[in-house]
Amino acid sequence: MTAAEVETVYEALALGIDAAGGESELFLAKVALLLAREIGDPERAVALIESAGRHLGDRAAA
Amino acid sequence: MRPQGRAPTESLYFTYPHFDAPEGAARERLAADTRVAIVGAGPVGMVAALTLAREGVASVLLDNKATFNDGSRAICVSRSSFAILESLGAVAPFLDKALGWTMGRSFFRGTQILEFEMSDPASEKYRPMYNLQQQYIEQYLWDAVAREPLIETRWQSEVTGITDHPDAVELTVTDPQATYAFRADWVLACDGARSPIRRMKGLRLKGENYEGRYVIADIRSGHDYPTIRRALFDPACRPGGTVLVHKQPDDIWRIDYQLADDEDEAEALQEANVRASVAAVLADLGETGPWDLEWWSVYSANTLLLDEYRHGRTFFVGDSAHIVPIFGVRGLNNGLADGQNIGWKLGHVLTGRAGEDLLDSYSPERRGATLDVFANASKSARFMTPPTRGWTLMRDAALSLALDHPFAGGLANPRQMTPFTYAESPAVLPDDPAFTGGAGVGSALPDARVDGGFLSDRLGAGYTLICFDERLAEGVRSLPDAPDVVCLAPDSEAATVLAAGPQAAYLVRPDRHVAARWTTASAEAVRDALARVTFQSLPDNAAAGTVEA
Repeated sequence: MTAAEVETVYEALALGIDAAGGESELFLAKVALLLAREIGDPERAVALIESAGRHLGDRAAA
Repeated sequence: MRPQGRAPTESLYFTYPHFDAPEGAARERLAADTRVAIVGAGPVGMVAALTLAREGVASVLLDNKATFNDGSRAICVSRSSFAILESLGAVAPFLDKALGWTMGRSFFRGTQILEFEMSDPASEKYRPMYNLQQQYIEQYLWDAVAREPLIETRWQSEVTGITDHPDAVELTVTDPQATYAFRADWVLACDGARSPIRRMKGLRLKGENYEGRYVIADIRSGHDYPTIRRALFDPACRPGGTVLVHKQPDDIWRIDYQLADDEDEAEALQEANVRASVAAVLADLGETGPWDLEWWSVYSANTLLLDEYRHGRTFFVGDSAHIVPIFGVRGLNNGLADGQNIGWKLGHVLTGRAGEDLLDSYSPERRGATLDVFANASKSARFMTPPTRGWTLMRDAALSLALDHPFAGGLANPRQMTPFTYAESPAVLPDDPAFTGGAGVGSALPDARVDGGFLSDRLGAGYTLICFDERLAEGVRSLPDAPDVVCLAPDSEAATVLAAGPQAAYLVRPDRHVAARWTTASAEAVRDALARVTFQSLPDNAAAGTVEA
């Protein structure tokens, strides 16, 4: 994907989260499952899920 | 604003000059007619006046203040603005003082997640960006204005009335001694975001206000860090907010920090609160040394502009025509480009080198540039100050991913200023589709190294033809009212940068934007193109084919 195409997806997700309101976590889980199925490669999907789990809530000491 | 006990222009490092209103013999000509009146002697008005002077046109420059604008304000000056300053013979002090930079670093929750480099090829004469306080920008432009006999500056002179007549504009001016009126053929309203001319003409800016307010504070500190733009997202000193840090000359640092939605603006602007906020940022940066507070202000992101920049014989130039968000540093840089654009066009018309219709290209060209700024700035603004939970979550996801996945860092690209391409303008010709690459019609001409110097050094003050064939060059030089001609070797760096074969040619405007280009040029084509882009009819003998390439 080009940078502009990445941006298009970024925008769609931001708008989707706002539209989902209180159900945004459910919305994002559904998005993840649908995209994983499109990849058609379960090992790759699981590796990406692990990658997304890194650096959550990191805050380096000042 | 400045710390308690210091006057509005009492700086730690800069001595603001004092300018008197016109006195003595200078008052005798106050009521005389003039060709061009420029209202506002800020950076935009001074660039417009200097550009007109370069065209050989005299102007009267009016300002209601007795000194420069207070505070450092706009600090990022782009490569394209340096090209403008060079064309005005004013670039030397800017190069001496300003800090050039090419790199930015982004931090997410205290960890550096991204480093970006702006394009800076060896073929370019100037760096992509320079940091310099606005009062130095005004000082150096003023030094050039003061040297210029074609510019008559009237300080402490406020325009209090404007009346349109069929062939002139009448301005009423009030200065400390008197109120008087004079007529100008043309008026350039360079009188800033709160433009009194705009108000007197009953015009309004239209557009949007974005979420997010920033306090911008300047401090003097011995902080040791290279000239690299730092963006701190969700830092410990300001959870959920964004902080920007820029180095300026004289050990001055610009710290911009976002206010939270629930923070009261008046309270945030109190000196004690500014000091506490700055101290927290410095602690995050690991800076423990002493520092002085110099100046601060508040800023909120607006995208506002006029529907039309030309109203009869009055043109709106710079902030009077548009207000843009700070992200991407386009306020000052686009204002300078406005001033240059109307300056050379009016200069060409008033010296008989272009038809009056050229003036109608100012508004579409520069309004187009503003709309382009808005498109980029709104994307930058929603990254820097996400307006909703969705944009915040996606921004944080991109920043968090950027550590392991470089593609996500691209979303944090600050989209710094690049010159706008006037592809749709009436003052350029359609592009030659046979080109692959190079600089398209309407775009700013890239630079290239030529014999130890640069291509830009060779350009004339008016239109210039760049070609690579001596026979074509001779044919164009023998045209009546010929443009300047630069003929370079077919294997030169310029030929590569411009994707030009041996028969190709570029016609470049006085503002260094491409007016026309051909993969196979002829003197006749150049002559016709020049007539069209300057809105002049062809000379009588042109149709008879007396000119051959």
